[in-house]
Amino acid sequence: MRSLLRLPGYLRHHWRSAVGAYVSLVVVTASNLVMPSLVRYAIDLGIGSGRVSLLLWIALGIVVVACVRAVFAFLQGYLSERASQGVAFDMRNALYDKIQRLSFSYHDRTQTGQLMTRATSDVETVRFFCGMGLLQLTNTVVMTLGTSAILFVTDWRLALLSLSITPPLLVIVVGFSRKVQPIFMGIQQELARLNTILQENLVGVRVVKAFAREPFERQRFGQQNLTLFGQNLRASRAFATVFPIINTLSGLGTLLILWYGGRQVASGQLSLGQLVAFNTYLLLLLMPLRMLGPLLGLATRASASAQRVFEILDTPLEIADAPHARPLPPIKGRVAFEQVSFAYFGGQKVLDGVSFVAEPGQVVALLGATGSGKTTIINLIPRFYDVTEGRVTIDGYDVRDVTLESLRRQIGIVLQESMLFGGTIRENIAFGVPGASLDDIIAVAKAAHAHDFIMSFPQGYDTPVGERGVTLSGGQRQRIAIARALLLDPRILILDDSTSSVDVETEYQIQQALRTLMKDRTSFVIAQRLSTVRHADLILVLDRGRVVARGTHQELIRESGIYAEIYDLQLRQGSQPAGEAGPSEARAPGPDQDRRGRQAPSQAPAPAC
Amino acid sequence: MFHMRFSAYGDEHGRYDPRLLRRLLGYLRPFAGRITLGLLLVVISTVMSLLGPYLIKVAIDNHIASGDLAGLDRVLLLTLGTYLVGGACFGAQLYLMGWIGQRVLARLRDQIFDHVQRLSLSFFDRQEAGDTMSRLVNDVDTLNQLFSMGLSSLPLDLFTLVGIVAAMLLLNVRLALLSFTVLPFMVASTVIFARRARKAYRLTRQKIGAVSADLQESISSVRVVQSFARERVNQERFDQLNRENRDANVGAAAVASSFFPTVDVLSSIGTAIIVGVGGALALRGEMTVGIIFAFLSYLTRFFMPIRDLSQLYNSLLSAMAGSERIFQLLDTPPAIEDRPGAIALPRLEGRIEFRNVSFAYLPGEPVLHDINLRIEPGETLAIVGPTGAGKTTIASLVGRLYDVTEGAVLVDGHDVRDVQMASLRSQMGVVLQENFVFSGTVMDNIRYGRLDASDEEVIAAARLVNADSFIERLPEGYQTEVMERGANFSLGQRQLIAFARAVLADPRILILDEATSSVDTRTEQLIQRALARLLKGRTSIVIAHRLSTIRSADRVIVIDGGRIVEEGTHDELMARRGLYHDLYMRQYRAEAEEAESRGLAAGLDGTWAPRLAEC
Ligand SMILES: Nc1ncnc2c1ncn2[C@@H]1O[C@H](COP(=O)(O)OP(=O)(O)OP(=O)(O)O)[C@@H](O)[C@H]1O
Ligand SMILES: Nc1ncnc2c1ncn2[C@@H]1O[C@H](COP(=O)(O)OP(=O)(O)OP(=O)(O)O)[C@@H](O)[C@H]1O
Ligand SMILES: [Mg+2]
Repeated sequence: MRSLLRLPGYLRHHWRSAVGAYVSLVVVTASNLVMPSLVRYAIDLGIGSGRVSLLLWIALGIVVVACVRAVFAFLQGYLSERASQGVAFDMRNALYDKIQRLSFSYHDRTQTGQLMTRATSDVETVRFFCGMGLLQLTNTVVMTLGTSAILFVTDWRLALLSLSITPPLLVIVVGFSRKVQPIFMGIQQELARLNTILQENLVGVRVVKAFAREPFERQRFGQQNLTLFGQNLRASRAFATVFPIINTLSGLGTLLILWYGGRQVASGQLSLGQLVAFNTYLLLLLMPLRMLGPLLGLATRASASAQRVFEILDTPLEIADAPHARPLPPIKGRVAFEQVSFAYFGGQKVLDGVSFVAEPGQVVALLGATGSGKTTIINLIPRFYDVTEGRVTIDGYDVRDVTLESLRRQIGIVLQESMLFGGTIRENIAFGVPGASLDDIIAVAKAAHAHDFIMSFPQGYDTPVGERGVTLSGGQRQRIAIARALLLDPRILILDDSTSSVDVETEYQIQQALRTLMKDRTSFVIAQRLSTVRHADLILVLDRGRVVARGTHQELIRESGIYAEIYDLQLRQGSQPAGEAGPSEARAPGPDQDRRGRQAPSQAPAPAC
Repeated sequence: MFHMRFSAYGDEHGRYDPRLLRRLLGYLRPFAGRITLGLLLVVISTVMSLLGPYLIKVAIDNHIASGDLAGLDRVLLLTLGTYLVGGACFGAQLYLMGWIGQRVLARLRDQIFDHVQRLSLSFFDRQEAGDTMSRLVNDVDTLNQLFSMGLSSLPLDLFTLVGIVAAMLLLNVRLALLSFTVLPFMVASTVIFARRARKAYRLTRQKIGAVSADLQESISSVRVVQSFARERVNQERFDQLNRENRDANVGAAAVASSFFPTVDVLSSIGTAIIVGVGGALALRGEMTVGIIFAFLSYLTRFFMPIRDLSQLYNSLLSAMAGSERIFQLLDTPPAIEDRPGAIALPRLEGRIEFRNVSFAYLPGEPVLHDINLRIEPGETLAIVGPTGAGKTTIASLVGRLYDVTEGAVLVDGHDVRDVQMASLRSQMGVVLQENFVFSGTVMDNIRYGRLDASDEEVIAAARLVNADSFIERLPEGYQTEVMERGANFSLGQRQLIAFARAVLADPRILILDEATSSVDTRTEQLIQRALARLLKGRTSIVIAHRLSTIRSADRVIVIDGGRIVEEGTHDELMARRGLYHDLYMRQYRAEAEEAESRGLAAGLDGTWAPRLAEC
């Protein structure tokens, strides 16, 4: 329940609505009390006096009171919704903000379905309580205290007696909320799992369909749905047990009074009138007590949800601006890794003592087997993750000492997976520079060799691309991603395997365009194809997180076994039997070298050295 | 969006089709027995709760007043009895109704998921995942609110209202009719209210869907957002959607909160009429004060049930808006479905044929033009061509992920539209260009290809594609948890897992779409070698930009602009010196130029000729 104590902090921003709602509630309650007396008044006085005019005045009074009640009833509903929606709005915004700033590492371990459930369903539960729930709860408590006070004033002995049911009631209520809190936690948890399965199925639908795994997924979902059902049922069962108990207990109060009061009246210590009056007030007390059960249900539910929401809001940011962080001034682009070691959250060392320097304007290429740590290295430059040991500096600034935004703004990155967004092509290219002019966008699209295909669409740059860019081909998506990075006009350009889905011709042309663009930027290039890599000023060959060789293409051919082997393999792949070799390929060194390696097409290529 | 009409039920004026409500109630039909039982319990517990005050009155009037303590105790015990019985019935009814409500919700969720699973890819190309999620979670939740509060109080409230009306009519027809003069106004205000409320609630459903969609997209692409330091812009956009959602809800609350007060004022006018007219009549002696008194006390009792009912009506309208979106989704027909009488394919030989196939994802924007293609059983066909030429599209048509616009795709002589999709796809193994791994263990992910595969078979498949070397290096090996979308693996590793999955499926038709595009050369080389063995006896389609990958193909087709522009074996195509030749040569024309421009050719010869000689 402790998490609920933080809600007033959120309500505070909407205190006008909240107070207004409460005042309205009080007015409504008061007019509810006035109305019957007004009617009684009408009968007693109006008819009794025999004056029609008085009767009409009273009738008018009834309408006026009803109108007042109506206005305040409206205000109560409206204002409480406004306050609670305000709380939900603030919470969602805070969650969104937090989610955006949480580190890559956090997102690696957290499922989208989890975050979504918290930002929608959990916030909604909290909201529901913050509005009507809290209002009613406050009202109930005030009513209970108020009537108790009246009871005490009327007859303190009877009051004590009738309130003797409160301790067991409290025990039950507290015990109950302790018991259902985990159940509600469970419900939200299971709902999040359900959401996760759903989300995964929506995003991975192509694989599900391609393997005809719909029955399997259906069963998986059905199973989870059943678990959720069971969990919900546990909550129903808890309520079904405790509400009647609360009701019966509160009724027991009246019986006790009558039992004891009856004897008092019999012995003449109490008048019948007093007893009846007391009992009437006691009935007033009964109402709020009965409300208590459902309201506590709401509160416990909200507290479970609030806890889940706050769990995210309270997650410390692993990657955040240091207190002393300064904005990174416009950089030249000297990137240095100094004895960098790195392990992903809870994992093994992925990088081990990596050191290198990229001078401004240089092209650094990273080469290595799948999983050797290439992407990991470049992830450390924009500080997506923090190094475990050593440091990464840009122009001499440790990346941990500068503000994230100033750092990332100067780095253009094409991630290995070209994730696009649901808008138009134009919006996607302008992702990093929302106000960019169409001319600039066209210029970078041309450099990324995307202009032509974009123009081939009827809607050109305004073509919508579907969520994640699903309506584009793989290569088209990659080129948009390149254009998107180029538009930043970054000092440091990072291309992570960014032409893997592009055909060789297009790739060649992109490279030509990039070569000019890279001239005065520091660039990092990851590619499997040596043709992309060989112009680099520095090539780092990685193996299981270590730099095992470095140098230029020429140096590496001579000195690095791995590099030479890769080179060998790729040239062999480009080789031709002598008979077919035309003039154009005759210029290439490959075919001459590799004729022996040529195999018949259907056979496996010869093993490499 | 594209595929869903504005509303399956009702028109833009906000009127609902009565079928919507009937359909909603249809979900309760299987539980008619339980609902009756529940209502019975409601009646009992209500009777018990009414009996309580009566017994207390008896206790006071008959026993306390006369000092009959023994009688008092008896009555009190009886009262306690009514409490207990009433409580038990109340509890049982709560549980029963909770059960029914949850059952219906679970059923709906299952139904939605099943339906979503049946929808074809063209739906997912256009529908935001987050919006669909919102339908299954948030919209279903509107029904939850209806069921949890509404069901049990409705009959009681109606009963009370009818009872009061009947009593009033019995007491004095004239007076009763007089107070009913407000009824037409009530009906009118309800109608007006309902129209406005529907619109308002519809809006809230749409807005929460939009919030959910934005959330989904933002969360799953948070890495790009951070890379581009776009947080602030995104925050603004979300703030906007969030604000719209809030305003829609506050707007709906304004409408909803106005309903009951209106009704209340109207019924108070009824009261006032009784007081005024009835009082006047009484003064003239045409009516007794007792009747007026009774009338008025009935009228005040109108208050509670009307309040409850108007609340119920509100949640009903909200639930209608929610269920409208749910049914909209459920009513979206799958673009591709097994047609009635579709045959189950027997074990395939693997002959694939495209006959005059044209295809457009969007009407009027053809992507493939008149493709004619024949792939013999066991043949390996390579598809090459510039990006966006339509290679992936061709591959998708084989598994009938989309339906052709013209022409036909045949597998073993059967039009794919005439066979059961499951029987076709389960004999196909696909490595998608956009590879996707599920959360679960590495083992689970590979096993996705064939659910009944043993651990050994899974490992063998991983070994074949050279994935076992990295998997075994993981501390937990095959039991390592794969995070969402494979976040804890490198892209190349994910490709290898997806590849192993397709291999494990032991398919008759294997489709490799850029299956090793992110895998390093050496690993790819190893895979190539294994592939020769793997492809034997299966029909396969291999798509690759790295032409080395397709060397083992029997035949190559070159696609450009959605047409087959060249076809033949590698050698034939090289001899033809067309697009294929150009593409092929490009791969190292770059290197050649480079070598020349740096004058390195000679140097290179010198450096690596000896290395080859060592082999
Ligand atoms: N987010 C992560 N959490 C945990 N482990 C990770 C994560 N990302 C990568 N790894 C592991 O770190 C190692 C290096 O991965 P990295 O992505 O740097 O490889 P890579 O060299 O870029 O490979 P590829 O060529 O396939 O892209 C791999 O073994 C991978 O499994
Ligand atoms: N789901 C879709 N909806 C609409 N258009 C699409 C869809 N998928 C692809 N397209 C369009 O169809 C054309 C062919 O795409 P396809 O994916 O078949 O190309 P591809 O040859 O595989 O290219 P790549 O080599 O880049 O993967 C492209 O212009 C693309 O934009
Ligand atoms: Mg493709």
